[in-house]
Amino acid sequence: MRRLEARELVIDVPGRPAGRALDICVEPGQVWGVLGPNGAGKTTLLHTLAGLRAPRLGEVYLDGHPLAALKRRQVARQLGLIFQERHDGFPATVRETALIGRHPYLSPWQMEGAEELRLAEAALERLDIAHLAERLVSTLSGGERQRLAIATVLTQAPAIWLADEPTNHLDLHHQTATMALLAEQTAEERAVVMCLHDLNLAARWCDHLLLLYPDGEACWGPAEAMLVPEALERLYGQRLATARVNGAPVFVPVR
Amino acid sequence: MTAFIRPLGALALAALTALVLSVALGSVTLAPAEILAALGGQGEALSRTLILELRLPRSLAAFAVGGLLAVAGALMQVLLRNPLADPYVLGLSGGASVGALLAMLAGLGSVLVSGSAFVGALVSTLLVFGLAHGRGGWTPARLLLTGVVVAAGWGAVITLMLAVSPADRLPGMLYWLMGDLSYAGSPWPPLVLLAIVCLLAVPLGRSLNVLARGAMQAAALGVSVRRLEWGLYLAASALTAMAVTTAGSIGFVGLVVPHMLRLLLGNDQRLILPACALAGGTLLLLADTLARIMIAPEQLPVGVITALLGVPTFLYLLYRSQ
Repeated sequence: MRRLEARELVIDVPGRPAGRALDICVEPGQVWGVLGPNGAGKTTLLHTLAGLRAPRLGEVYLDGHPLAALKRRQVARQLGLIFQERHDGFPATVRETALIGRHPYLSPWQMEGAEELRLAEAALERLDIAHLAERLVSTLSGGERQRLAIATVLTQAPAIWLADEPTNHLDLHHQTATMALLAEQTAEERAVVMCLHDLNLAARWCDHLLLLYPDGEACWGPAEAMLVPEALERLYGQRLATARVNGAPVFVPVR
Repeated sequence: MTAFIRPLGALALAALTALVLSVALGSVTLAPAEILAALGGQGEALSRTLILELRLPRSLAAFAVGGLLAVAGALMQVLLRNPLADPYVLGLSGGASVGALLAMLAGLGSVLVSGSAFVGALVSTLLVFGLAHGRGGWTPARLLLTGVVVAAGWGAVITLMLAVSPADRLPGMLYWLMGDLSYAGSPWPPLVLLAIVCLLAVPLGRSLNVLARGAMQAAALGVSVRRLEWGLYLAASALTAMAVTTAGSIGFVGLVVPHMLRLLLGNDQRLILPACALAGGTLLLLADTLARIMIAPEQLPVGVITALLGVPTFLYLLYRSQ
């Protein structure tokens, strides 16, 4: 049972007033979506929740322990991150890349063994990129790289997934497959926090939503309470038309 | 693990062959039997002196310096996440050179020249790190830029010193700048340092692999990035300072050997770092042997030979790779 909590948290976006402090608690089995326009601080929030950036105020707690006081290695066994941007300095194969997900579990003297390899292969298989295992990452397409990043976190098998736009670069089928994979995690008492741009994916897959406004204001709660057209129109500064398909709301931008 | 043994074994064999060659060849060529006898403490007094007191220490020093430079280069490339980094990119050799040339200008002996070079390297290391730190934290890009600019500053100081030096000191100074193993002294300090770093590479190698993918990614996977980067910087600086102090500034080994090995062996630091130690050592050993025998009894600066050997090899490997 892993809980990720933000208490009185104000993320550090340079040159922005503090706005509203966040008090959220991500429980096992929940899927949180973070929505907001460009520059609202979604990525900054995710990195702050992961302990990779210091907050301006407040603190993040993992199972009641302040994140900053925990060892990075301990944190990495509980929190996995899918980054939005990635850079490959040195050539590496797809398999090697997925394998680094096991890094937090191995002692310094341990080599990756058969079990690690099995987990990595299974993750590649799950993301439909097992056939690319020998390829250099630099030769992959954007969507394939995105799936590799997800496969790496799947290999890491964290209790809490922090995903920054996990459907970036993915085709329609793989967008749905990825959201299904993330939702599946909750069955094993894992939790997911993801930044999304697609309102409809958020409406379909998230049970909690956090809306981040560019001025630092924020509101959060159960998804159905947050998916109010007026609030979303104000969030993006965009008029929306709403329909219902298969029982879920669908938002379409209108002029 | 078994995947590592084959390439490392082959490289160790190459290093041993190069060592035997370098001891056997010279202005006087020795037969294998004579070498064995001398190593066992027998044989003629003259060939014993030649082998045990002249050639073997110099060969071991050449091997150690080559290994140190290649490993330092590989570490710098991971630290700066930049394939163009080499041991000298942060201005360390410039500082060492200024120290050494100052000692030479003052007419000091070779021990003091080495000591002065070491102090110069240290000053440069602290200068670059302090300046790159500035008021914020340092990023690889900022460290790199600071290092390059400090190196340019040292370059100007070196040129100035050469311009105002008396003519009879110039050849010694130029040889030092191009790398010269004839004043190497005891090979043991660099050899021991090289062995220690190779042993540390085993437990730290996986963390370095993760760090090579970026600081954020590494932190997310449980690496204490700041601490590891500090360690890398200090280790690479110590290795380079030791190499420069032993043999002057020898270019090229630290840049090209890690790349050659990455092209051949992939990019697992647990393999690449010990492989760099062996291959860098072998390259410099061969280069130094050639430098001694090509126009014997005169000697060529070893840095020239490393480049002449390394450039075509590297270009061939690069051309052949995908």
